[in-house]
Amino acid sequence: MFLYQKTLQFPVRVDSTNPALAELILEQLGGADGEAAAGLRYLTQRYYMPLPEARALLTDIGTEELSHWEMIATIVWKLVEHASDEQIKNSPYAAHFANHGRNPFPHNAAGVPFTASYFNAKTDPIADLHEDMAAEQKARATYEHLIRMSNDHGVNQALSFLREREVVHFQRFGEMLNKVQDYMFSNKHKYDNMKMDNMVMENNVMR
Amino acid sequence: MTTRYNEEFEKLMALQFAIVELNLFLDTHPESEQALQDYNRLIEQFEVAKKMYIEKHGPLVNFGYGKSRFPWQWVNEPWPWDM
Repeated sequence: MFLYQKTLQFPVRVDSTNPALAELILEQLGGADGEAAAGLRYLTQRYYMPLPEARALLTDIGTEELSHWEMIATIVWKLVEHASDEQIKNSPYAAHFANHGRNPFPHNAAGVPFTASYFNAKTDPIADLHEDMAAEQKARATYEHLIRMSNDHGVNQALSFLREREVVHFQRFGEMLNKVQDYMFSNKHKYDNMKMDNMVMENNVMR
Repeated sequence: MTTRYNEEFEKLMALQFAIVELNLFLDTHPESEQALQDYNRLIEQFEVAKKMYIEKHGPLVNFGYGKSRFPWQWVNEPWPWDM
């Protein structure tokens, strides 16, 4: 089960009111490589990992991503919390405001709402862990874009923390991919089911 | 902008962050004795810091992870996004 701890994972200090920046940072709340996609991806992929350590890692990183989602929502909220109607009207946040007001609703920076089609889960540990590593790199790249667009020192501290977490997660997923691959190669008999699936698929293709 | 973070609270968050980091490291290095020692040492410090926090402010985690004084302290501000 999930418990709630009444802290953020890292202190979020926001030094300015900046609805335009809020709109950009929504990319990490509801975008393709954002924190919601990351958390749901890892928590969805846990069930069939062949190593107990891999189940643990997906559980733990998936949980950490939910904390990152909360940090991003907090940044967005603080950037618009005290914004005047005039400040909002003259910013790219105005379209968001028309629907959601100041609520940090999960869509991407261009206003496209969050969708589960941003991630996948294949019952294939190798395919999934590769997706996870790619996801961490894409999220790192997004944070670098956001930091370049932001002049708010407090926001940049939080974004830099989140960027570093992507690097660490990538490292851990890489280590786990190696362990899972070694295990699957040395326990081939256990993966007959998967092999069966492949044979059926090949037969179907040939027919 | 004003902030409600203070030294005591940040110490708690810092300890927890180090524990998260070691937890992930141990997931891929379950036989690292050094990392496990660090983990257990930080858990001891975290337990002390949590106990002090809960005595003052009430539950830090919902659903049974800390007692509350009267009246029910869980509902007290600030919530994390308001700090």
